[in-house]
Amino acid sequence: MKRILTLAAAAVLALSATVAMAQQKVVSITQIVEHPALDNARKGFMDGLKEAGVDAKFNVHIAQGNAATNVQIAGQMLDEKPNLVLAIATPGAQVCAQKIKDIPVLFTAVSDPVGAGLVKTMDAPGGNLTGMTDMPPVDKQLELIKKILPKAAKLGVVYNAGEANSVSQVNAVKAAAAKMGLTVVEATVANSGGVFQAAKSLVGKCDAVYIPLDNTVVSAFESLVKVCEENKLPLFSSDNESVEKGAIAALAVDYYAMGKQTAGMAKKILDGAKPATTPVEALKNLDVHLNLKAAKAQGVTVPADVIASAKKKYE
Amino acid sequence: MSFYAFIGALEQGFVFGLMVLGVYLTFRILDFPDLTVDGSLPLGAAVSSVCIGAGMDPYLSLIPATLAGFCAGAVTGLLNTRLKILHLLSSILTMIALYSINIRIMGRPNFTLLGKSTVLDPLAALGMPSWMAAPALFACVTVLAAVGLIWFTRTELGQAMLATGDNPRMITALGVNTGNMIVLGVGLSNALVALCGALVAQNQGSADVNMGVGTIVAGLASVIIGETLLGQGRIAKMILAAVLGSVAYRLAIALALSLKVGSFSFAPSDLNLITAVVVVAALTAPKLKRKVAG
Repeated sequence: MKRILTLAAAAVLALSATVAMAQQKVVSITQIVEHPALDNARKGFMDGLKEAGVDAKFNVHIAQGNAATNVQIAGQMLDEKPNLVLAIATPGAQVCAQKIKDIPVLFTAVSDPVGAGLVKTMDAPGGNLTGMTDMPPVDKQLELIKKILPKAAKLGVVYNAGEANSVSQVNAVKAAAAKMGLTVVEATVANSGGVFQAAKSLVGKCDAVYIPLDNTVVSAFESLVKVCEENKLPLFSSDNESVEKGAIAALAVDYYAMGKQTAGMAKKILDGAKPATTPVEALKNLDVHLNLKAAKAQGVTVPADVIASAKKKYE
Repeated sequence: MSFYAFIGALEQGFVFGLMVLGVYLTFRILDFPDLTVDGSLPLGAAVSSVCIGAGMDPYLSLIPATLAGFCAGAVTGLLNTRLKILHLLSSILTMIALYSINIRIMGRPNFTLLGKSTVLDPLAALGMPSWMAAPALFACVTVLAAVGLIWFTRTELGQAMLATGDNPRMITALGVNTGNMIVLGVGLSNALVALCGALVAQNQGSADVNMGVGTIVAGLASVIIGETLLGQGRIAKMILAAVLGSVAYRLAIALALSLKVGSFSFAPSDLNLITAVVVVAALTAPKLKRKVAG
């Protein structure tokens, strides 16, 4: 009798364990490099999934910028038999697209998913991948610059020509600028050490400087602020952190919020939605961040309506 | 380590084995520290990808990629031998020039191959599972390249190249132009590296201008690990040691990625530290062995 009871108890335990395991989802995450924006996207995703009530076990892999490790991680994730893969930034997403065929893959923080070959179109991805683009709405950002500086005619742009994301953003800036009658003056850098000189090369050639989401330039943002303040050259950015460091304003992509929105897509896919028919999303809520101290230092008076519309102000 | 991680390490070890053979040729045979590789790896990837994008057969695309790598290496060799620029500096100059050239070739920093045919497609068409196709193909290519290199070192030209690194004065006295040997040798080395880059791009689904960063570190680490594992010996043995070293290096990384001791596991950011420790261990192991033995 005792033995039967033990057996029954064991069976119940085993059964409940299987049930628990069936409920817990495995999510494997690959990220090309550690970087505040990408780390925030990851945190937002993990928090968002938890808030959506999904019990998930996360396996986080970071390739430290190494192409070979990036591929090795894709193999390792296959072995983890996840219910869903999250690829943060373009290189990880591309290798997942090449190597992972039977598991749904979500990407986030990818500027140009069509150009990177990840999806056929933004509305109908077609394969086992979908996700979110972090392409900043450059037309709206240029409108913001125009609101603050109505007389600006030439816009300087500093970026790394080796970053695929930056190149697609600058192409978008050029297209949007042409429509608004703005001329774009480019200055490219190969590493963060070149930012100071690139900024100096723009002095006298443009009425304002705009920085896209470019890892290289953003990591040497202080040197830009220095040049712009010394020469009364208004400086605008695409991320919140740079506004705090001394850009006048940004209509910024909040990576934490982006991660949370990606988690919403993950929930739908874990519930059975097909990536092939789930459109690529862009961040829904964009906020104006404003640095009035920087505006003063760069000789700019910000109009009252822009000040009123700002979500966050540094004074 | 899991099965997939193991197979993945073999795959990476074999494909980068081509690059390691190239590094072995310059670093050990020619005694020429060559940083061109950080640029010629993405060069091979770029040329092959653009050719495939233009509709060329993926196997045929390896030929222009390899030739481009040879040219890049030859430029480094010419800068060194004709313009008398220090070897290290010559290679750095070619490397930074290649950054711009690679973006020119691709027309953008990242060229996608997703949805395009690659060298792995014929194997998949034969019904080979995808986890097996890449390591099998890369092992074949790299072993062929190693055998080719061993054969080359036994030819008269190859012997002259070995002597160029060993004893340039003697070989000059014999009437061999060491300058030509260096141009040829660095060219051959970068041809192998570019071939590696082309295969890597086709395997990972894109060519990226930044994919070559750190190539030389991985190459040197692999050469040194191979030498530590097999010990010094004849040229043929050392060439095979380079391939073995490449596989061992990738296995060490895969192991570090999957290592968990109780509640302790390495953070992803520890990877570079682990790489450095592996190389230091490989460098000091032979000395320790000698100390213990003697």
